[in-house]
Amino acid sequence: MNQPWPPLASHAVLVARDDIDTDQIIPARFLTTTTRSGLGSHLFADWRYAENGAPRAEFALNAPASAGAQILVGGRNFGCGSSREHAPWALTDWGFRAVIATSFADIFRSNAHKNGLLTIALPEATLAATQKALASDPAAVITVDLPSQLVTLPGGPSVQFAIDGFSKRCLVDGLDELGSLLAELPTIQAWEATCAR
Amino acid sequence: MMPPRTLFEKVWDAHVVRDGTGDSPSVLYVDLHLVHEVTSPQAFTMLRERGLKVRRPDRTMATMDHSTPTMATGGRITVLDPAASRQLDALAASCAEHGIPLYGLGDDRRGIVHVIGPELGRTQPGMTIVCGDSHTSTHGAFGALAFGIGTSEVGHVLATQCLLQSKPKTMEVRVDGALRPGVSAKDMILAIIAKIGVGGGTGHVIEYRGEAIRALDMEGRMTVCNMSIEAGARAGMIAPDMTTYAWLAGRDQAPSGDAWRDAMGRWHELVTDDGASFDRSVVFDASTMSPMITWGTNPGMAIPVDGRLPIAADVADTSNDRACAYMGFTPGQSLLGQPVDVVFVGSCTNGRLDDLRAAAGVMKGRRVAANTRMLVVPGSQRVKRDAEREGLADIFRAAGAEWRESGCSMCIAMNGDTVASGEYAVSTSNRNFEGRQGKGARTLLASPLTAAASAVAGMVADPRSLL
Repeated sequence: MNQPWPPLASHAVLVARDDIDTDQIIPARFLTTTTRSGLGSHLFADWRYAENGAPRAEFALNAPASAGAQILVGGRNFGCGSSREHAPWALTDWGFRAVIATSFADIFRSNAHKNGLLTIALPEATLAATQKALASDPAAVITVDLPSQLVTLPGGPSVQFAIDGFSKRCLVDGLDELGSLLAELPTIQAWEATCAR
Repeated sequence: MMPPRTLFEKVWDAHVVRDGTGDSPSVLYVDLHLVHEVTSPQAFTMLRERGLKVRRPDRTMATMDHSTPTMATGGRITVLDPAASRQLDALAASCAEHGIPLYGLGDDRRGIVHVIGPELGRTQPGMTIVCGDSHTSTHGAFGALAFGIGTSEVGHVLATQCLLQSKPKTMEVRVDGALRPGVSAKDMILAIIAKIGVGGGTGHVIEYRGEAIRALDMEGRMTVCNMSIEAGARAGMIAPDMTTYAWLAGRDQAPSGDAWRDAMGRWHELVTDDGASFDRSVVFDASTMSPMITWGTNPGMAIPVDGRLPIAADVADTSNDRACAYMGFTPGQSLLGQPVDVVFVGSCTNGRLDDLRAAAGVMKGRRVAANTRMLVVPGSQRVKRDAEREGLADIFRAAGAEWRESGCSMCIAMNGDTVASGEYAVSTSNRNFEGRQGKGARTLLASPLTAAASAVAGMVADPRSLL
């Protein structure tokens, strides 16, 4: 069960890399857990911590300005690689409610939306301008209005983003997909009786 | 009359319980749900919290592969990592509670989920197959629609046997011509990903077609479909044919007798109709392909083994520079002669009997170089037994390689089999992401032939020099 997704206004963490894979978002050695909570401490573990466990000052997540940020800005093809839902669990546990990139891997996007984590794909030029703005002003605020599918970027106009209607409805109202599927059980049973092999 | 359809569309249409509307995705029926220890515990917890049962345990099958040790003592595997042990226990308890068949530690049918599904004959043409694992695309080699899902969706399938899915687009990857000696299915898929990119298949289901695909055996087809996800594709599929049927016939859980004949009749329909169209098409020539090796930190960063790394001017972004820095390479350099610390042969990509035969063919009568450690991990306990019976294990042991129990092992490095920080590993697995094989590890993906040749040389080597 998720919470409804209220309007968002937050500063952002910029990790300006393409093809950020789920092994970077949360390395496999943290996947032996049987719960979905507490994974934020392992978020980007290998980029975030040095060999001795000390935070790397140069990694954006460790910057004092990143504290409290609810938006992560990446690059192209965010979330590629494995199907681990631990990736959105780690991101939301850290406090993120939205990821902005130019494109997302399919499974990551699907997993994110099931966990109240909105994915916003922007055109390359728009993202590049956003990355530049954030690099010069880490405190710059981005606002997201999901019902109208508008994101307002630092110093720029509002930009419309795409999201499928079903994911949007689930996010806005905090619905979970399983509820919809369970409501279809009579249809599923009838279909199964005649069509399933 | 029905318009011409692609293979994907036929399998999709046959499993749509309720068509999508503008407001809601389609309800898609799942024929077979594969479960492993790492991505399922939270789904079983959710069922318990909501008072739900597993709806079709008969369409569900579980194994233990990701975190399982590959060292046995007196034939027994002992899990030392307490967290991994708790997770394995949780799977066993959930399977017992819900009546799900489990191939657990000690079961001689256990293995990597994508190896045992086909091996047991559970994976069949025309099926929809899902698993909480992105390499589920492997099963598409049989003309199944097979794709990875997250843990929430694992819960959805456990509870309803269905998923809410938007219909993906279709992409044709046609490979004409014939592969040359020393060039394998792994090289083919690495060449394809190098061309279309790690996000090139996003939103699409790929159908691999053409003369070079038809010429592949089932192991090769599984290798190709396995890495569809590394191009970002939702799934990869190959139409079933006589090669498929010959491989499946007589498998433990494949249909037999009249049921086999009925199934064959249906399976023959699983081809893309003449005149059916794909949303995208890409064409390759197998005869121009070389043994491939990755140099960077995603599977698209691959070159012919005798080629050179791209130079800075080749690309506009900084990804290549970052990858070179991580790997300790210089733009424009050759990889031949690069010293190799570890060689890993195994995984759901290249851990089948045919892969081990290829590697053993190179290793026979040769030794692993003194500076190199070689780990051979069969994809399943059955592959292990078959390889031992054929004498492959003896070849690897005589060469100085370590011969292990089955599992995902060093591909995902969560079972204790790791590559040390800074070390170079030539690996037959599927991902060369930073830290994939251990924190700081540097992975070079290649075929079993190239991996074996590199083990013998102690450095990156062209397998054609040893054939």
